[in-house]
Amino acid sequence: MSRAEVTAGAAGASGADGVRAATAATAKETDTGHPAGPGSPPRPVRLAWTLGLLRSELSITFRRWRTLALLAVLAAVPVLVGIAVKIETGDGGSVGGGGPDGGGGPAFIAQVTNNGLFLVFTALAATLPFFLPMAIGVVAGDAIAGEASAGTLRYLLVAPAGRTRLLLVKYATALTFCLVATLVVAASALAVGALLFPLGEVTTISGTRISFSDGLLRALLIALVVAASLIGVSALGLFVSTMTSSGIAAMATTVGLLITVQILDQIPQLHAIHPYLFSHYWLSFADLMRDPVYWDDLVKNLGLQALYAGVFGSAAWARFGVKDIAS
Amino acid sequence: MPSTSGTPTGSVIETSGLTKRYGKHLAVDGLDLSVPRGSVFGFLGPNGSGKTTTIRMLMGLIEPTSGRAKVLGRPMPHDTRRVLPHVGALIEGPALYGFLSGRDNLLRYDSADPTADPRTRKARAEAALDRVGLTAAAGKKAKAYSLGMKQRLGLAAALLQPRELLVLDEPTNGLDPQGMREIRSLVRELASDGTTVFLSSHLLDEIEQVCTHAAVMTQGRLITQGPVAELAAGARGRLTVTTPDTGDAARVLKELGVADLVVTEDRVTGEPPGTDLADVNAALVEAGVRVRGFGVERASLEDAFVALTGEGFDVAG
Repeated sequence: MSRAEVTAGAAGASGADGVRAATAATAKETDTGHPAGPGSPPRPVRLAWTLGLLRSELSITFRRWRTLALLAVLAAVPVLVGIAVKIETGDGGSVGGGGPDGGGGPAFIAQVTNNGLFLVFTALAATLPFFLPMAIGVVAGDAIAGEASAGTLRYLLVAPAGRTRLLLVKYATALTFCLVATLVVAASALAVGALLFPLGEVTTISGTRISFSDGLLRALLIALVVAASLIGVSALGLFVSTMTSSGIAAMATTVGLLITVQILDQIPQLHAIHPYLFSHYWLSFADLMRDPVYWDDLVKNLGLQALYAGVFGSAAWARFGVKDIAS
Repeated sequence: MPSTSGTPTGSVIETSGLTKRYGKHLAVDGLDLSVPRGSVFGFLGPNGSGKTTTIRMLMGLIEPTSGRAKVLGRPMPHDTRRVLPHVGALIEGPALYGFLSGRDNLLRYDSADPTADPRTRKARAEAALDRVGLTAAAGKKAKAYSLGMKQRLGLAAALLQPRELLVLDEPTNGLDPQGMREIRSLVRELASDGTTVFLSSHLLDEIEQVCTHAAVMTQGRLITQGPVAELAAGARGRLTVTTPDTGDAARVLKELGVADLVVTEDRVTGEPPGTDLADVNAALVEAGVRVRGFGVERASLEDAFVALTGEGFDVAG
């Protein structure tokens, strides 16, 4: 009962005294420069181990139903285009029946009936303006914001994933998705093209003929260029993703920006800004079908994508590095 | 201001003048906190008192407006990558990937730690699942988990590696009484292994049962901190006499030097005198008081809290 002699009012004081004594005691052991404590040798960080997060990110991204659904939709586009072309030309007519470009529809569509390989180019030309960037917008926009709204971001950061490392992993995953999505479209188109139409030597835009295997190589090159065309949107989506704690808001904003840019690119009065819009040179991939290849716009496109990656990647890093994680 | 390194006897968490301001609102106001190594430290306060904001600053999730925080002897948030591998944390409830199984959630969080060896990852995840009693449900998708199971999985994530410090924010939220007991015994077990446990709660009972030290926050300020025994001792137990003869009892007790008498319908309470309580009882009986109950009611941390703040505990800041 000796403790009970202390009155309630003095309890706070005695507690505070205890603390003062404790801090005074610890103050004597000032900065010996030791890491953590004993029994805790600093655990080494190994490069192969830090890549574990990338592996984990890739595996959960491509295991999600949402990702698989997006890829399924993309794979369905060439199927629909192929079937539509087959039906329309079943009576021996030609697509659109218009001028040398086939009048309307995506590029190369007129050549599809002669050579199934052209379905790859047609499908990529059809999906590049919206389907592909929208799918990328969903994945990149959700990258950070989705983790934030699920609350998992705070646990990744205290793991500690490291903010820069997490951002790099998210961007690498978005880029991987760009490549996979493009290849899915190309592969689906090639399969449908081979199934519905004849395959053979390829006539380039310039009128020269190249062998089928050369044509395949060009198709692969085009797919890679199309995937690279999405680098800018990915960076933009990632940046938007660091601005909000709502995955849905980030996805919607990214897709909204994409549509806005596409509209701006169609307004002739705004031609001054057109060369700076990330989608402006997208369809330059067709120049790979010229013989010899016309590189100017292709290089401009890749340069522009690199610029967007640099600008919005840095902005995302600057923003995410200091952001208070309150979700 | 004292600065310490994380020496064996030093503080595991040390803050000085730690402040977080949101606009005009001071969420945390000049916090000087010191958590001794090896303690089970209860961090008490009503909802909205700034506990979670403090924890987020300690974990490097939010930047303090001013002041400093050191965890394991290193400044936060500057040294997060060196400090946090040694810290397990459960912050504001668990957060899981609903589309992954419980086991895969743990593997995911473990792969986020660059110091975690991938070769032992699966074994460590199984051990952590076993420790929180979740082995049987490890293959189920996390979205099918009950709140209690999610809480356990969150704890398992904090236990994936041997830790020096565990920061547990309201760890028994959503658990049934049996689950609460299990978590408490787990905390005691971890503490006996030498892990410092920093436990925030708004449940005074919980703190009193497992903690060696405690700090109390209200409205962003630290009111007190110290060993639990000292805090509770501050609020003395009260002598309580149950009797129908309250008037006589009060008179006798006053003569015996019992101060601060309060008479209710059939009870007289007061501060216990320094004399032997048996003598007090004998005196009451001699004076013809019909004593039906006699004893000293133990002071709880809640009494201490009320004594400190002069208000009920459930007041939100």
